[in-house]
Amino acid sequence: MIYLDNAGTTKVSENVKNAMIPYFDEIYGNASSLHEMGQIAKEHLERAREKVANLIGAEPREIYFTSGGSESDNWAIDSACKIGEMRGKKHIITSAFEHHAILHTLKEKEKQGFKVTYLPVYENGIVKVEDLKNALADDTCLVTIMYANNEIGTIQPIKEIGAICREKGVPFHTDAVQAVGHLPINVKEQNIDMLSISGHKFHGPKGVGVLFCKKNIPLFNLINGGAQERNRRAGTENLAGIVGLSVALEDAVNEMNEVSKKEIKLRDKLFEELSKIPHSKINGDKKNRLPNNFNMSFEGIEGESLLLLLNDKGICASSGSACTSGSLDPSHVLLAIGLPHEIAHGSLRLTLSKYTTEEEINETIRAVAEVVEYLRKMSPVWDKLEKGEIKHVI
Amino acid sequence: MLYSEKVMDHFRNPRNVGEMPDADGIGEVGNAKCGDIMRMYIKVIDGIITDVKFMTFGCGSAIATSSIATEMIKGKSIDEALELSNQAVVEALGGLPAHKIHCSVLAEEAVKAAVKDYYDKHGIAYDQEKYCAGNCPCIHEHDIHD
Repeated sequence: MIYLDNAGTTKVSENVKNAMIPYFDEIYGNASSLHEMGQIAKEHLERAREKVANLIGAEPREIYFTSGGSESDNWAIDSACKIGEMRGKKHIITSAFEHHAILHTLKEKEKQGFKVTYLPVYENGIVKVEDLKNALADDTCLVTIMYANNEIGTIQPIKEIGAICREKGVPFHTDAVQAVGHLPINVKEQNIDMLSISGHKFHGPKGVGVLFCKKNIPLFNLINGGAQERNRRAGTENLAGIVGLSVALEDAVNEMNEVSKKEIKLRDKLFEELSKIPHSKINGDKKNRLPNNFNMSFEGIEGESLLLLLNDKGICASSGSACTSGSLDPSHVLLAIGLPHEIAHGSLRLTLSKYTTEEEINETIRAVAEVVEYLRKMSPVWDKLEKGEIKHVI
Repeated sequence: MLYSEKVMDHFRNPRNVGEMPDADGIGEVGNAKCGDIMRMYIKVIDGIITDVKFMTFGCGSAIATSSIATEMIKGKSIDEALELSNQAVVEALGGLPAHKIHCSVLAEEAVKAAVKDYYDKHGIAYDQEKYCAGNCPCIHEHDIHD
């Protein structure tokens, strides 16, 4: 099996797996207990918190462990909105192509009377700082813009966005689920007030994440109950998961230079070779994107068929086609960067990891080229394009 | 797996796929914007559909429904072909996921569109109301989706 859906989830590394095992039956105390078993667990918990804090340039007290990226996103938005409402501020700024954990949460806020500005992301998939400046208003209570996009991998000007928000005194949250462990991050240097992390995107376990919240930014309770997570999020800590996340992040940061170089080399090979397919298009900025992200559209074909046939060849990939999402519209990300529906339907996302090999990439190149050609042969759209009855869009 | 064995079989090994340059009727339904277009070609001799071909742009179930629909009407009389319902297509495939039912509707429409084209080209009178033929607004889930 060639696994190229690492933006979806990653394999837990051997090192992370081994680091987690003692927490199931050796260091299994409840970190809230007074006895030795509990206190040992507490030490390990706080050590993991320190580790994560150090790795992103935060302080340990600014790290809140959650169940994952979606929870962190929901929490950040909910909390900022509550504070905004108390101050009579009900305007939020975001980008048009955020993850649904952000967009659907903001839709709920709109129902509650908040006004949301969706910044355009243009053809390259990058927000313009000028647009943000123009959108900021006196009643803006939150700016939430993702660090790197989950489908096309494009990296946003986080530091500049953070600086503008800070100047205006508006809290800035970034959904960094795709970026953490893949790009260097320092919340202090990058002027970030709140940041979401998900463990399973960098070879950590599923079901664990982080919300970083700067110490002077008020954070409302998410779950009421015990005093865990500085009284903000009750519930006995998922210590195995938390330690797993911290080890995974440490490994990812240590290996980042080396892994990125390798991923960029292989990813660019995919771009180079698959761009040779006529009437294909790279989606999003070619350079300013996550090292492991490949996203292209092939005219005249539909993504789900492409994925199913690649799956038959042992390749796990992803697409922004409507049919793959269970909804009937193609990916909002691809529409946001201006792709026509029919081109968005024919998109392919391949996301690499440190485990991806050159042989796998070579095999994938052959397979994609073959499948695209096969599907085009049976496509009435391609037929019309070839006969000149309709015009090529890409 | 999202699809039944039968759907995957027709998707992987589509029957009667390809162009038919000397077709007696050609029907095309769907919309690239919605993600699926089906084109159906029929050859008609003495009121019998002696050959069928299809070309489809779309997801796995769009290809599978086209494929099985061609099998279901090949060798049949036009009247029999016109009786092909989307439910029959779904049943023959051993079911489809709920959000893919519209593919079977497209397959039914593609057959009707091909027959209508055959009637038009051969000056055969027919009841206009019976043929959606891609001219009427096709009710996809797309349109009724909130």
